[in-house]
Amino acid sequence: MKDIRFSEESMALVQRMMKRYPEGKHKSALIPILHIAQAEFDGWLSPEVMNYVASVMNIQSIEVYEVASFYSMFNLKPVGKCLIEVCRTSSCWLLGAEDVIRHLEKKLNIKVGETSSDGMFTLKSVECLGSCGTAPMLQVGADYYENLNLEKVDALVSRLKSEGKRKTYTDLPEPRTL
Amino acid sequence: MGKKLLLKDDHIAGIQSYDVYRKNGGYASVEKAVKTMTTEAVVEEVKKSGLRGRGGAGFPTGMKWSFLAKPPGIARYLVCNADESEPGTFKDRYLMERIPHLLIEGMITSSYALGANTSYIYIRGEYYYVARILEKAIDEAYANGWLGKNILGSEYSLDLYVQIGAGAYICGEETALLESLEGKRGNPRIKPPFPAVAGLYGCPTVVNNVETIAAVVPIVNDGGDEYAKIGIGKSTGTKLISASGHINKPGVYEIDLGVPVEEFIFSDKYCGGIRGGKKFKAVVAGGSSVPILPADLILKTAKGEPRLMSYESLADGGFATGTMLGSGGFIVMDEDTSIVKNLWNFTRFYHHESCGQCSPCREGTGWMEKILHRILDGHGTMSDIDLLWDIQGKIEGKTICPLGDAAAWPVAAAIRHFRSEFEEYIKNPKSIKDVKHYYRLNNLQSA
Ligand SMILES: Cc1cc2nc3c(=O)[nH]c(=O)nc-3n(C[C@H](O)[C@H](O)[C@H](O)COP(=O)(O)O)c2cc1C
Ligand code: SF4
Ligand code: FES
Repeated sequence: MKDIRFSEESMALVQRMMKRYPEGKHKSALIPILHIAQAEFDGWLSPEVMNYVASVMNIQSIEVYEVASFYSMFNLKPVGKCLIEVCRTSSCWLLGAEDVIRHLEKKLNIKVGETSSDGMFTLKSVECLGSCGTAPMLQVGADYYENLNLEKVDALVSRLKSEGKRKTYTDLPEPRTL
Repeated sequence: MGKKLLLKDDHIAGIQSYDVYRKNGGYASVEKAVKTMTTEAVVEEVKKSGLRGRGGAGFPTGMKWSFLAKPPGIARYLVCNADESEPGTFKDRYLMERIPHLLIEGMITSSYALGANTSYIYIRGEYYYVARILEKAIDEAYANGWLGKNILGSEYSLDLYVQIGAGAYICGEETALLESLEGKRGNPRIKPPFPAVAGLYGCPTVVNNVETIAAVVPIVNDGGDEYAKIGIGKSTGTKLISASGHINKPGVYEIDLGVPVEEFIFSDKYCGGIRGGKKFKAVVAGGSSVPILPADLILKTAKGEPRLMSYESLADGGFATGTMLGSGGFIVMDEDTSIVKNLWNFTRFYHHESCGQCSPCREGTGWMEKILHRILDGHGTMSDIDLLWDIQGKIEGKTICPLGDAAAWPVAAAIRHFRSEFEEYIKNPKSIKDVKHYYRLNNLQSA
């Protein structure tokens, strides 16, 4: 098993983050730090990763578990390299979210909640992502894909497959500086 | 009439960058406030403006600010609510993405007014890339002396941070947001104490929506009286409306409060009418939590007066015949929309998002979802409609936070205005065309 340890760069960011809050309130940095951990350790939060975060932050492991299990963006099970999150709420639903979901299920040969056999894709349906004016839509990593139709979904899946890279929420064109 | 205040520079190329924003008059409100106004004077302008919170509840902002406790030697906080998770709402994202410096400027001017020396913007985790846009703007603001120690050579200092959430609708509720910002689960707190007395880290705190904070900029620049001239009655100023659903031109529109609903839906200036020449059936006017209204009642009040896009006009008639402006998430439905299926979708949402602290909300949302599912599965009975009515009534007003109400209201309104559709499904299950399909979709919930 891979050694669980933040890269130097992430560790520096983690240390900076804990300083954004008043004396003794550094637990506030937990959620942002869990995002960094999830991105760095294969897209999910294993018990070992959560224990590691607890030790870095000098808080109890249970404080990490209870937070990680509350928020839908934290994965407590392994996921594929690309987590495809399709909005299933109101406006997206009115404009064909179900078709997008069913199409992806067929195309990837998995059901919602499952991971494709090659470990490339996990399909998830999520609640309104604040993009209802460009419904239907889905998110992969940090990116929004809007005004979808089935051709666009096909093109996206092909592209992600050929790139073969892990996508995370923290994938941004420029590194965080604050 | 029709002057834009928040999105006026929306079309200018490069307005995301500090230089372009500054050249177009950006940061003038900070200059004016910090150099020429006392903190009380800024609060006074906001009071005069009549600005009401744009996050959903519509509480007068100036009044909220004046409630902030100021015990000596205790820090005060301003927290911007950028959680924006109310289905149908996407205006805050638009504003932050397009004109990030407007929010940063509003945060500085507002923090000054409140005497906060540290402020946070709490943004939903899915907007990670928007958070980066804001952080970049904050970097630029620091570099140009608008943030940090002794802003513009004054005594006033401010640090501003972006805080990222991780997917939980409930964290938009202000006390859940504060819990989350403290690094905990987003369980709403029992009020009182209100955040104005004991908020972040137990200190006096103001929580305001992105659009509310942005509106402080024109209010300080032009004066509260000038702002109050826009709009109608107690609905002053402009409002960002997120328009979506079966319309020709979905998008974010900045309207003067008081525009007729009919004009908003049908004029080419706004939604441009219903898609594909279909008939107009219903609207959810202020995000998924507000009561749905059928076409006739959204266009005209029960008294037969044209309905306007304002807090008062949309609420005219109470819940019997009216609704709420809410977050301004305006979802339009055409004649082919099934109100029952739509309601099931909403109810599933609230069940999924309930934090689980209160039994009426935790259990009630689940039961409402199950009963709606039973009806859509072709196994409903007439008494199910009464049962739904009964359950929603037992949630409303009986919970720690308003999510319970938000889950109950859509159910009550759908039954109130569209009872015959429920009856049709129950009497004639074959009228539900794709039962199997719905059954399967419901399993999505376990994902
Ligand atoms: C379940 C729930 C979700 C909410 N979500 C949001 C939200 O995403 N954004 C927001 O500004 N206010 C939201 N609110 C309202 C906030 O609790 C609070 O009233 C608001 O942020 C105050 O800001 P304002 O006075 O500027 O509107 C929500 C309330 C509830 C009960
Ligand atoms: S009403 Fe629902 S969401 Fe709000 S505190 Fe109670 S259980 Fe949680
Ligand atoms: S309903 Fe899908 S993004 Fe809002």
